[in-house]
Amino acid sequence: MDLLRTLGDRTLERLSGLGRASIMWGHAVWGLPTLRELPLVIRQIYNFGVLSIVIIILSGFSIGAVISLQFYTQLSRFGAEDAVGLGLALVLLRELGPVMTGLLFAGRAGSAVTAEIGLMKTTEQLSSMEMMGVDPLRRIVTPRLWAGVISMPLLAAMFNVVAIYGGLIVAVQWLGGDEGGYWSGMQENVEIWNDLGKGVVKTVIFALLVTWIAVFQGYDTDPTPEGIGLATTRTVVTSSVMILAVDFILTLSMYGEF
Amino acid sequence: MRMRTVEISVGAFVLAGALSLVFLAVKVSGVSLGQSSSSYVLIARFDDVSGLRARSKVSLAGVTIGRVAAIEVDMAYGEAVVRLEIDGEPGQLTLDTGAQILTEGILGARYVNLLPGADEDTLGDGDYIEDTQGALILENLVGDLITRLGAS
Amino acid sequence: MSERAADVTVEDNLIEIRDLVFKRGDRLIFDGLSMTVPKGRVTALMGPSGCGKTTLLRIVGGQLKPDSGTVLVRGEDVGKLKRADLLELRKDIGMLFQSSALFTDLSVFENVAFPIREHTRLPEDTIRDLVLMKLNAVGLRGARDLMPGQLSGGMSRRVALARAIALDPCLLMYDEPFTGQDPIAMGVVVTLIKRLNSALEATSLLVSHDVHETAGISDKIYIIDDGKVVAGGQSQDLETHESARVRQFFTGSPDGPVPFHYPADKLEYDFLGDVGL
Repeated sequence: MDLLRTLGDRTLERLSGLGRASIMWGHAVWGLPTLRELPLVIRQIYNFGVLSIVIIILSGFSIGAVISLQFYTQLSRFGAEDAVGLGLALVLLRELGPVMTGLLFAGRAGSAVTAEIGLMKTTEQLSSMEMMGVDPLRRIVTPRLWAGVISMPLLAAMFNVVAIYGGLIVAVQWLGGDEGGYWSGMQENVEIWNDLGKGVVKTVIFALLVTWIAVFQGYDTDPTPEGIGLATTRTVVTSSVMILAVDFILTLSMYGEF
Repeated sequence: MRMRTVEISVGAFVLAGALSLVFLAVKVSGVSLGQSSSSYVLIARFDDVSGLRARSKVSLAGVTIGRVAAIEVDMAYGEAVVRLEIDGEPGQLTLDTGAQILTEGILGARYVNLLPGADEDTLGDGDYIEDTQGALILENLVGDLITRLGAS
Repeated sequence: MSERAADVTVEDNLIEIRDLVFKRGDRLIFDGLSMTVPKGRVTALMGPSGCGKTTLLRIVGGQLKPDSGTVLVRGEDVGKLKRADLLELRKDIGMLFQSSALFTDLSVFENVAFPIREHTRLPEDTIRDLVLMKLNAVGLRGARDLMPGQLSGGMSRRVALARAIALDPCLLMYDEPFTGQDPIAMGVVVTLIKRLNSALEATSLLVSHDVHETAGISDKIYIIDDGKVVAGGQSQDLETHESARVRQFFTGSPDGPVPFHYPADKLEYDFLGDVGL
């Protein structure tokens, strides 16, 4: 009986958390940034995008190189080295670009947002904003949400470009494949909407997801130093799991026909 | 001053991201920018085009000269109608040019190979290629082989 | 009590709290608390740590909703106001938070300019004049370009004070303004609270447990304990209050009705327990 009650309490708690998060979400999406708030969005694009470039480039390069190496050694057994570029491009555009960027984004930008908002809550900055008659949701959440949606697709695009060049260096310079085949294999088979477009859609969805989780965790933090630490961890874990799960669903619905 | 460096770097970031997207579209997806003006269409009917897709390449003597624009099916004849987009101006390919569907390597992508003819007249925009040979299906060949071996 | 006789009509009280009940989880924080804050005066709210003084300020500001009872600010029931009306009311309330709550990503100038920019459409040079006036009032006109991280505790509290008065509010609320300040900074804050209250013709509600400083500037002091007002009046009245608990709080003696020891078994049990058993 006690177990049942605990279970019920837990469920209700989860539900109310989801409810609070959704209400916040609604408020924030509603608030398109006005011209006056543009500097805030720019500031956040700096935090989200510019500061993530190094990590994106480094991981993009190594992932491209590694996948290219594996593809090349396997495909060369069938004499299909020219398919390396195509395989790499498809894997990157459809899956790895959005997913890896999403995971890095969660670790780099998501955790920072949670910690920042958590700190603002702990130091009563959010309360004081409320007491000044300013809606903290509009001021804090909306710019971050939009900055995330703008930065993520761009970061993913950079990731893909760097990864394709990383793959090129391994397959062509190092393993001696044919550069023309590398490019033409991609150009003939990669489709602009089906591969590139749907990948971009994924990144936008992941950006909304990560920013939402990060902002909510920060906002819902227990206002203590331990609380911030826990919330930051929760952001990274929850967003990573959610990205992988949502990616699975998206892939099924986007490419599941065949 | 601090805000200014932020603005500049954000501008550079957005520009770099946009260029990356353009790169992915052009260099990876192979979207051609403004080249569509100098190309014309030939139509070929095949009995089987399995494995051929829109944007597959069209080559002549191993050189890519165009790509597959669209593939439709003609239910009445049970044939595939393939529209080929050939670069350049019409007036080069002869009227008896043949088309066959080949595979790059064993497992590679399908493409349309054009066989040069000897006629004096040339194909114009929208003309049909009469002499076609569809895709070779590995399973069918193997099946044929087995029945023939069984018969003998 | 003497304040009963002095109890006046609604018009003269900026804040009226009647039978306030507030629970946090299962814990009862306020249990039928009633008090009034007269217009134009400095009213202080004192009590031991954790008795919910800050919570009361949040209820007055409408950030928390009471479970029952009414809280009237300017005659409006804060607990029942719609969101938009509440935001409107808050423009007339300046609040100084215990941690100053300066926005860490904005400079001192921008911090003070923040409420002005958010709520008015004044031209940039008017905003500049206003901000410098407010900063001058707290003596920090020269620190306008510093970031909050570069300020000492006393300075950031003064900046926060300048920000709280940026829109010339009619009610100023101070949450523990004296805690964590060195004696000089404390003296500055005391002087500022007194001066600002008369200069702005505002009403101040102050929450603190620093008896000495609070007694020096308050016209009226309420002492709350166990969710109720246990005493109210001027500081002289409280020093000689009939309740031993109030006197202990006011004189700050370590032992008394509020015991020094956390409830425990008798000393002998803890040290000689196993011998005795």
